[in-house]
Amino acid sequence: MMHTLGRADFDVIAGWVEPGHRVLDLGCGDGSLLKRLIETRGVQGWGVEIEGANVIAAIRNGVNVIQSNLENGLADFADDAFDHVVLSRTLQTVRHTEGILREMLRVGREAVVSFPNFAYWKNLRSVLDGRMPVSEDLPYQWYDSPNVRFFTLLDFEALCVQMGLIIRERRVLDEKGNPVEADDERALNFLGSLAVFRLTRSR
Amino acid sequence: MSGQSVGAVHSQCAHFSEPLRLRSGGVLPAYDLVYETYGTLNAAKSNAILVCHALSGHHHVAGHYADQPDNIGWWDNIIGPGRPLDTDRFFIVGLNNLGGCHGSTGPSTPNPATGKPWGADFPIVAVSDWVEAQARLADRLGIDAWAAVIGGSLGGMQALRWSISFPERIRHALIVASAPRLSAQNIAFNDVARQAILTDPDFHGGHYYEHGVRPVRGLRLARMLGHITYLSDDQMGEKFGRELRNGSFSFDYDVEFEIESYLRYQGDKFAGHFDANTYLLMTKALDYFDPARLDGGDLKTTMARTTAGFLVVSFTTDWRFTPARSREIVAALLANGRNVSYAEIDLNFGHDSFLMPDPHYHGVIDAYLRNIVL
Repeated sequence: MMHTLGRADFDVIAGWVEPGHRVLDLGCGDGSLLKRLIETRGVQGWGVEIEGANVIAAIRNGVNVIQSNLENGLADFADDAFDHVVLSRTLQTVRHTEGILREMLRVGREAVVSFPNFAYWKNLRSVLDGRMPVSEDLPYQWYDSPNVRFFTLLDFEALCVQMGLIIRERRVLDEKGNPVEADDERALNFLGSLAVFRLTRSR
Repeated sequence: MSGQSVGAVHSQCAHFSEPLRLRSGGVLPAYDLVYETYGTLNAAKSNAILVCHALSGHHHVAGHYADQPDNIGWWDNIIGPGRPLDTDRFFIVGLNNLGGCHGSTGPSTPNPATGKPWGADFPIVAVSDWVEAQARLADRLGIDAWAAVIGGSLGGMQALRWSISFPERIRHALIVASAPRLSAQNIAFNDVARQAILTDPDFHGGHYYEHGVRPVRGLRLARMLGHITYLSDDQMGEKFGRELRNGSFSFDYDVEFEIESYLRYQGDKFAGHFDANTYLLMTKALDYFDPARLDGGDLKTTMARTTAGFLVVSFTTDWRFTPARSREIVAALLANGRNVSYAEIDLNFGHDSFLMPDPHYHGVIDAYLRNIVL
């Protein structure tokens, strides 16, 4: 859950926020995304983090951090308090998937969600070869993984439709963090290692 | 414990002759505040931290007195070179609040009108009065704005009050194991403590000094009750369990269980030196504290007046001021877009956790204070 590995999604997220915006980063780890958004994009930032060591690291990084368990929702945050609520590489670790998405769009105007795509061809090949995938974006063994939800880019889009969430933008990245382009959705689902979505409520 | 103690310290006394109008309507014509300082005030006077004490605290926060090496300050473990309140960086001020019994003007000090101890005639003081008096001490020390005000429990309430009353004079507020107002249960515990004192035959309506007695029985009971609320059930269980002092039941009302022995010892120790009128005053200050009261109870509106950065800390086993009470403060700050961090620390010592030298807890305070630009 710490932003210590690939940071390709940070670039995408940085491009979606504007100076003065209020950003809430859920599962903020040591606060490096927020620190970067504050320093390079001039946002106001707050993070939510459950691990004590990360809370200290985030404070040390000069980032506002609230120690809290995302599974308990965002009760301490008021409606529409933020311009962007970010969930970077964390959705797959949250049990109450719909609950957290709903909460993100209650407290924020926009939700930014990035997650590893389990349908990425290397992951599929790994499973076909008989082993669970381990990669840049899935850097855990099956027995020590914090991930509790395993889903694909297309699964997520289907959930957005089901929940009535509007996908404003979508970026799909390969393992190196380079953008993936493809003509059809199935190909994109096959080629993308990490997906980044920008969501809003339907009006 | 990392870092070092501040070593030998001494206390000072500041006399204030300008009357202080109190929240209760009373007026203190003049008063003394005893205080201690550690570290050096920098040329810009930008490195001062005020440490506010809780119910039974005082100005002797850190270090020891040269002639009393065992008399160590009540929060010594967090203050000193290399400690979170680093005296190599910060100038630390601790004082005994008005109404106290450790040298500052209070019920046990002489009333200038009569020459006798104030006793029950000492006006009721509120947290806002303490903050006002602390501001005057800051003036006296040449401190325009505190780099930080920090306190645990009732001390945290003072830090919170500072951020509301004097937003331009406080850059950071560190509010530990505290609450934005007491719950009915909190007040209930306080009232039982007060009743123990008020009904002690030696109380004499608060004028016990002139009778040459002290309501030690009532004060002892009050402290025993308070002490139960400072500890966690788990910790009490681990420390004392159902251990018997003599190994078997004696079927009488003497001390049998270790927990009884411990509580009575704590009660006796406290009643031996603390002033009962001060205890009454402090519990009333706790009960009355409710900065959102004039905003119809809406803490969000109240906290809109603040400009400081905040660190709010709670402890998982604190059932006197639970983490939920700290989160009320956090939510009100977030609703106003204030800079706030919140740590909920898993420590087993109940409310008293805030006094413990836990590396993680101290790490949080240390990380926050190191980022303060002087």
